[in-house]
Amino acid sequence: MYVQDKSIPIRRVDVTKNETTDHHELLELIALNRDKEAFEQLFVHFAPKIKALMMKQSSDADTAEDLMQETMLTVWNKADKFSKYRGSVSAWIFTIARNKRIDGYRKQGTKHYHDIEDLELSDDATDSEEQVISNERDRMVSDISKSLPPEQKEIIEMSFVNELSQTEISKTLGIPLGTVKSRMRLAYKKLRKSVEDVL
Amino acid sequence: MNINHHPDETTLISYAAGTLDEAFAVIVSCHLQICETCRETVRTAELIGGTHLEQSEEVPLSQGSFGRLLEKISVEPSTEINNQQSVGELTLKTKKPKHEWSELPLALQSYLKTNIEDIKWKRLAPGVSHHPITLSENANSSLRLLRIAKGKQMPEHGHNGHELTLILQGAYQDKFGTFAKGDIADLDTDVEHQPKVISEEDCICLSATEAPTKFKSLLGRILQPIVGI
Ligand SMILES: [Zn+2]
Repeated sequence: MYVQDKSIPIRRVDVTKNETTDHHELLELIALNRDKEAFEQLFVHFAPKIKALMMKQSSDADTAEDLMQETMLTVWNKADKFSKYRGSVSAWIFTIARNKRIDGYRKQGTKHYHDIEDLELSDDATDSEEQVISNERDRMVSDISKSLPPEQKEIIEMSFVNELSQTEISKTLGIPLGTVKSRMRLAYKKLRKSVEDVL
Repeated sequence: MNINHHPDETTLISYAAGTLDEAFAVIVSCHLQICETCRETVRTAELIGGTHLEQSEEVPLSQGSFGRLLEKISVEPSTEINNQQSVGELTLKTKKPKHEWSELPLALQSYLKTNIEDIKWKRLAPGVSHHPITLSENANSSLRLLRIAKGKQMPEHGHNGHELTLILQGAYQDKFGTFAKGDIADLDTDVEHQPKVISEEDCICLSATEAPTKFKSLLGRILQPIVGI
């Protein structure tokens, strides 16, 4: 963690700060004031992306639209829980969408994905300093994801976008399961390091 | 709870991506409740999901999409918040902090509507019994509680696929170390082991499998059709 290393990404945050900070602020407005206009802004940004993600994961347009609506409904209902999540807004919304997709697939009332923020004891709200760190972290993760070697990038995308299991990836690519795991580990290692460097 | 054995990093990443099959996801959820280290790993991996969502292409929404959502907001006064309260009540009733399991891990409670003492065990072999847990129709994995008597040594066996085991009570030992309450054994295909219960009480664990377990020894071969794991 050298100061020199930090200076570059921090400058980059200033350039792009507005958009991601806005998402934090929008969620706060929804949580505190039940602000429907703020909600609409968040909706306009995320809803078409959520629907696209749902469609990649093999649902038809109608199902994808329904799952997107359920996801955004949960964003509205649980906006006040976001501060406990301690991640980025997009990651939080990703987890909600992920859980909706899984629940939809299972078609059963049992809930085996317990949201991490429900398990957190800490009640500390995200202060502005944490917000900057979290925005910075987002940027790093995004940069790292883009700059991964193709064979690692492929595995990560198949996991997070196409939602294929390790076994399915191994079969699709015709490579041993062990190779899938080691590429996944390598990609995660880079990511984790970049996230830790920000802290 | 002093946790020494965690799920493999790739298991946690797959959990974050949402690609673990149901039985495995239940076990990871149970462990996350009590393990801050693994929660941190999952949270970090979820950042990847966030950036992929952010970079995703956009699909046109159906007409009047936001309007319909607004109607739902006014019609459904937050049923989800009520659900959370009921989870909170469970925790309050047992007066345990959230990061301890109160009787049973939260993720298991929704599947098993009973206490550990009231479980009806099915005997598989001397000193070994189990209680299969019903998952949803689409599940490609199976989940069961296993109860192994104190002092019992299981026959050496390998695994036909990924197997995840969470210790709920007691402890056992194998070549990988000692596994006690809260620990997870994350075993891959071809790993062979011969666990022995070393606690003063019976060892109870929750086990997720994707394929039948093949026992190596003669006893194992006899056991397998009986155990069915
Ligand atoms: Zn852990």
